[in-house]
Amino acid sequence: MQTAVVVLALLLVAVLLVPAVSRQRQRRGFSTVDERVAFQALHLASQAAPPLRVGLTSQSAARAAKHLRELLGVPAIAMTNADGLLTWEGPGEHHSTHLVEAADGPLRSGRSTVIAYGDLTCADPDCPVRGAVVVPIAVDERVVGTLIATTGQEPRIGLLRATTETARWVSTQLELAELDLSRAALAQAEVRALRAQISPHFIYNALTAIASFVRTDPERARELLLEFAEFTRYSFRSQGDFTTLAEELHNIERYLTLERARFGDRLQARLQVAPEVLSVAVPFLALQPLVENAVRHGLAGKVGVGTISIVALDAGAECHISIEDDGVGMDPESLLTYDAPGDADRTGGRDHVGLGNVDDRLRSVFGDDYGLVVETALGAGTKVSMRIPKFAAGVRAS
Amino acid sequence: MTGSPYALPAIALVTVATLLIGAYGVRFARTTSDFLVASRTVTPGWNASAISGEYLSAASFLGVAGLVMKYGADVLWYPVGFTAGYLAMLLFVAAPLRRSGAFTLPDFAEARLGSRRLRLICAGFVVLIGWLYLVPQLQGAGLTLGTVTGAPYWLGAVVVGVVVTANVATGGMRSITFVQAFQYWLKLTALAVPAFFLLLVWRGGGTDSLTADDVPVFPAETTVDVQVDVTVTVVEPVALVADGLVDGTAVDGPLRWQPGPHDIAKGTELTFPVGAPVPHADQLDALDNATWAIPLSTGGGHPEFPLFATYSLILATFLGTMGLPHVLVRFYTNPDGRAARRTTLLVLGLLGVFYLLPTVYGALGRLYTPQLLLTGQTDAAVLLLPGAAIGGLGGQLLGALVAAGAFAAFLSTSSGLLVSVAGVLSTDVVGRGSVRSFRRAAAVAGIVPLVLTLQVVSLDVSVVVGLAFAVAASTFCPLLVLGIWWRGLTDAGAAAGLLAGGMLSTGAVLITVLGGARGGWLGVLLAQPAALTVPVAFFVMVVVSRLTARRVPSDIGRIMVVLHAPESLGVRRP
Repeated sequence: MQTAVVVLALLLVAVLLVPAVSRQRQRRGFSTVDERVAFQALHLASQAAPPLRVGLTSQSAARAAKHLRELLGVPAIAMTNADGLLTWEGPGEHHSTHLVEAADGPLRSGRSTVIAYGDLTCADPDCPVRGAVVVPIAVDERVVGTLIATTGQEPRIGLLRATTETARWVSTQLELAELDLSRAALAQAEVRALRAQISPHFIYNALTAIASFVRTDPERARELLLEFAEFTRYSFRSQGDFTTLAEELHNIERYLTLERARFGDRLQARLQVAPEVLSVAVPFLALQPLVENAVRHGLAGKVGVGTISIVALDAGAECHISIEDDGVGMDPESLLTYDAPGDADRTGGRDHVGLGNVDDRLRSVFGDDYGLVVETALGAGTKVSMRIPKFAAGVRAS
Repeated sequence: MTGSPYALPAIALVTVATLLIGAYGVRFARTTSDFLVASRTVTPGWNASAISGEYLSAASFLGVAGLVMKYGADVLWYPVGFTAGYLAMLLFVAAPLRRSGAFTLPDFAEARLGSRRLRLICAGFVVLIGWLYLVPQLQGAGLTLGTVTGAPYWLGAVVVGVVVTANVATGGMRSITFVQAFQYWLKLTALAVPAFFLLLVWRGGGTDSLTADDVPVFPAETTVDVQVDVTVTVVEPVALVADGLVDGTAVDGPLRWQPGPHDIAKGTELTFPVGAPVPHADQLDALDNATWAIPLSTGGGHPEFPLFATYSLILATFLGTMGLPHVLVRFYTNPDGRAARRTTLLVLGLLGVFYLLPTVYGALGRLYTPQLLLTGQTDAAVLLLPGAAIGGLGGQLLGALVAAGAFAAFLSTSSGLLVSVAGVLSTDVVGRGSVRSFRRAAAVAGIVPLVLTLQVVSLDVSVVVGLAFAVAASTFCPLLVLGIWWRGLTDAGAAAGLLAGGMLSTGAVLITVLGGARGGWLGVLLAQPAALTVPVAFFVMVVVSRLTARRVPSDIGRIMVVLHAPESLGVRRP
């Protein structure tokens, strides 16, 4: 009992003290004034940076303005864009309408303006705002807003220069924000571009197989054509980067039906799927290329029956999927030739393009820990396995 | 104490069968060449059985009957609350949680509020609640094995702890739906069949009143083997035969106790004549049966503040269920929100049926095994009743059935909990969820509660479980309810509320478990903290969220559509 109380009290004290101690530490330990000034300026700037890195909105402007006002050491600062005032930080907000009008010039011309003591009429004798400088903020030479710094006296050249430098720093942050955005867009475009495509060989082979049934067994040919139509509809669907394992299995079933039209009973499938993982979200067409690969390696160059095993196991917070064939296997060396992701020259391993594509997509969605694992040797079959987390931020089947 | 000689083989059988089915079951049951069979989802019926199977723990199987026997009508809120928690879940959480795509509670926090730090806090509380919930399972195992074979208390706890940890760490028994569903029906049978015969015996024996004005008496000449030092309070003078150490002096022969407290040392054997009133362990009030049957007479061990204790218990159990880690992960198996809702409804029905039974055992326990009131170990009532009331081969076989059911309860609940705790440890704390880190996490997750079990004072199994519910209700209930139904929740608000509710309730739980304050206002507040900590958690979460309103996720509208739009609308696109 007593130990419990002591432990609890200690925990509480620790929780309360940690922030206080870390704040104390920032003030101490500077040997010169320059050191402290440099630290303070850069520290304030670094605090203002994160909100600006999401772009210029009234929210981000308000959060950054607090630190910028302290950085400039002025009574109040404001930020505007083409739509008007974004934020006013500090006293004297009754001047905002006037100053937003005054910001119109810099917004259009891209040149700074100084509003002198006489230009600001004010009824309040204690008002701390007596003058202001308005400096444009430009991103890629396009003016997106202004930074307004007020002063309690006649604005001097020093304030103008300090404000100009601050506005330039803000511009840099906003440019970085745009860079972040385009980087994210690029990553998404890459995922889209990586979306697996049906191999032309398969379309050709499937149609030839169906054609062979048209006379001998028209009913079967019709069924196969319908399967083919369904298969293409699923594979060509445009929206959603993820699907459920159940949907993916349905599509594999259609695929195998079409392949069986060609191979007949030589192609056998064995499935072991834990029902708990059927609703796991997997990247769209992540399994089908692997099955295609298994069919090719499981039957090509081999006499007799080839069996493909698809196993999906429930493993706590993950789902483990493996696709195995008992065919001729591959030379592990040939797999390594295309292993570097993003390698433009992938034609060398034409057979394995599907594998590389799935591997890239898994890594880009779930992280580098989640790539494909291929176990193979000549004459020993091939087993391709992947791990899919049951939940990953931003990943949802649609 | 004497258990059935068939109990040990029955326990061994259940354990081995559970392990084997876990290791090989799926391979046999689900290997097919038919896609239709392979992609058949789990139906709400199976899923509901599995959730019930995983949920019905030692607390439900042994503890509820033990509490009812001791405290009467007030503790009926335990089974009612354990069931009604699913009503709260059905109304507020089931479908939106499933639609969120989250597998665990930290997943939900991340999906809803997008904060890595909040995710870690949630992970911490998942582990904490999991451990708190594991302790009474191991306690129950120690008690069962001790009652059945006379083995020391720690042995059963160590056996179950080690078996489950090793099994989970090596990848067996990954809470497979069909295995867990089977467990529910096994547990139901193990309680229902003996209960049926017990009721027959009771009716046949003249239907002795359970609510008359007299105190429990020994139905036959009874020998009590006292296994822990205990002080009993005697109300009327009683004659008995003792062999051992009583009131500090060695006795071997007849003895007459005057009213007042008497100390009995461990290992003493007491033999009471038929019809003698049962001396009660000193932490229990000797209730006559009429008082026992009246609500608000005991407050479940807090006779001074029965109303507060009862409301607190109701809050904890009604709101705590939705925060239990091993229950929530089961909802992921539902294909969509609709199925999740249907599953929850079925769970309500299945649990409702099950919880009728422990009450029967608790009430009949006062007639047939009143000696448990002397030792205070009423959790053993379910195990001893068949043998005591029915006797003969039939009683022994039924006793074995009950013991096997109890072990099924420990195994299924502990492995479900251990998988959840280890999963969270391996993904959020140790590493990135590789197989090796999962194994290491499972070992850690299993050893900690085992050590705790051996340290903790002997509290009623259901009371400790109730404390785990209180922590869950003070942390995850506000997070889930506000996260699903209030757009204004922010990550800072959620974290503050979690910490406030969590630290208060955890502190209270730790003090209670380690044997701290028992009486007075402070005692009842520490033993049943939910009535205070749940509102505090909600309040802090709302206020801090309001203060940090700028941190509301910018895509809140989209998240809310994902959580709430019915599947049939087809608008669930990320």
